[in-house]
Amino acid sequence: MDIQAILSAATGGHGAVNPYAAIAYLVSGILFILALRGLSSPATAQSGNRFGMIGMTIAVVTTLLTHMPMRSDPLPQGNPHDLMVDWVSLIEILAAIGVGAVIGIVMARRIAMTAMPQLVAAFHSLVGLAAVAVAAAAYLNPVAFGIADAAGQIHVVSRVEMGLGIAIGAITFSGSVIAFLKLNGNMSGSPIMLPGRHIINLGTLAAIVALTAYFTQDQSPWVFWTITGLSFAIGFLLIIPIGGADMPVVVSMLNSYSGWAAAAMGFTLGNTAMIITGALVGSSGAILSYIMCRAMNRSFISVIAGGFGADAEAGAGGGAKEQRPWKPGSADDAAFLMSQAENVIIVPGYGMAVAQAQHALREMADQLKKEGVNVKYAIHPVAGRMPGHMNVLLAEANVPYDEVFELEDINGEFAQADVAFVIGANDVTNPAAKTDKTSPIYGMPILDVANAKTVLFVKRSMGGVGYAGVDNDVFYMDQTMMLLGDAKKMADDIVKALSGTGH
Amino acid sequence: MDFIAIFSIFVLACFVGYFVVWSVTPALHTPLMSVTNAISSVIIVGALIASAAAGSATSKWLGLAAVVMASINIFGGFAVTSRMLAMYKKKER
Repeated sequence: MDIQAILSAATGGHGAVNPYAAIAYLVSGILFILALRGLSSPATAQSGNRFGMIGMTIAVVTTLLTHMPMRSDPLPQGNPHDLMVDWVSLIEILAAIGVGAVIGIVMARRIAMTAMPQLVAAFHSLVGLAAVAVAAAAYLNPVAFGIADAAGQIHVVSRVEMGLGIAIGAITFSGSVIAFLKLNGNMSGSPIMLPGRHIINLGTLAAIVALTAYFTQDQSPWVFWTITGLSFAIGFLLIIPIGGADMPVVVSMLNSYSGWAAAAMGFTLGNTAMIITGALVGSSGAILSYIMCRAMNRSFISVIAGGFGADAEAGAGGGAKEQRPWKPGSADDAAFLMSQAENVIIVPGYGMAVAQAQHALREMADQLKKEGVNVKYAIHPVAGRMPGHMNVLLAEANVPYDEVFELEDINGEFAQADVAFVIGANDVTNPAAKTDKTSPIYGMPILDVANAKTVLFVKRSMGGVGYAGVDNDVFYMDQTMMLLGDAKKMADDIVKALSGTGH
Repeated sequence: MDFIAIFSIFVLACFVGYFVVWSVTPALHTPLMSVTNAISSVIIVGALIASAAAGSATSKWLGLAAVVMASINIFGGFAVTSRMLAMYKKKER
């Protein structure tokens, strides 16, 4: 079948599915499945990513070929029913792809790995806005999308799909913008609580559902645009009361929404690539949200309800804490203790990344390994600002991925460890999560650093508390030595002390 | 395609997604998010249809804007994923 034949099959009648195109979209859907499958191991991940790129190329090329911009022949001797390729429109489309490509690649190259959560939130907002734009375009020109009957009325099923698509897309957009501003520090991470917000939110959601139902009866512009406006508003309202600590859940949740938005548009267009992708991304985001919630022992509902962080601040402010004795230590002490150890487990937290200490930390581990010490890293699922963030930060500092272990794989090893070196983490090591039912972090899975023979705890000062605003008993244990100071400086000093002592 | 056929594909794809995503190693959850970001921009298909269609100028410009946004995501998403994955190295032995 040559291109002309494909074109005529595609433009021959609206609603007629070109079988070649349908198979091409199915192939790209399968390639997207393989892209995610590749991520089961770092060894296969790069090839998985390439499958994704091939799948996307197939989807884009197929669409360009089957929906080539056409216009009627302008020449006077030409037949007005003869269609020819509209080169100007085609160049506009290719230019739009080019502009996006340049912006995207520049962003991807320049972004700091600590800023990945912001970048992902920004990307989510673009998927959301693109979904809104596509849904609006389909609403304004339904014939082009093959979703209108002869009288120009949009099919009822398509109206529901379109309403869902625009609602989810708009929520993804405005929610991601707020998440971006909070993660990027343009907006305070503390929750903003509107009075009566639950009622406002539920009312807005109910209005969106009701209007979508009404949209099947009446396709007037006001219905469509009101759904759009309310959806933008609800995305904004849903995310502003959620505190900074819950952002990993929010980013995962918005990831999921961006998938459902793509799936809803896939239903409108009857496009298998979009539906498969939407389902994949939707489930992926949902699973990541679940993993993050479990890691913080928070229910999804309580995260969505928001406000976490505000209560904790109030709790920390009330009641003077008793002064308990603790043991200070120096970089030299730490270097000595670790060089004598057989097994050292490093527990990095986000504070380590904020201080940009990951390279110094890796140097420290290299020095220790030279002295024959067995070094491992223990990662809590919420160690970073998004799922798997800490693993990326360590990989960036050239820490081999087979030295990095997840909580459930390494927790049993703390009992055999001579030293647990905690740097920039706090709440994720707090035994109160196991013992104190009144603690805000009760029930959260923790890294059992307290089981190690010695705990070295790097912390800026004794005053500050973690996100949850709770004191940590590990600070005051007999085997704990507090290393107070900036994480990067401390790691650098330990490296110096280690290389100074030699063998 | 009728609605039931499409819906069947959707439901089956949700199951595939469920099993595939659970098999992703937690160490690669950040690349998982960036790559899902890139592939969810397959919504560019709809944007291309809108920008190629005659009949409504507004619809066409909305389509072109969506093409730009989706392309940022596609190229940016795949590029940043590839950049991250290149950093994951095994221990030298």
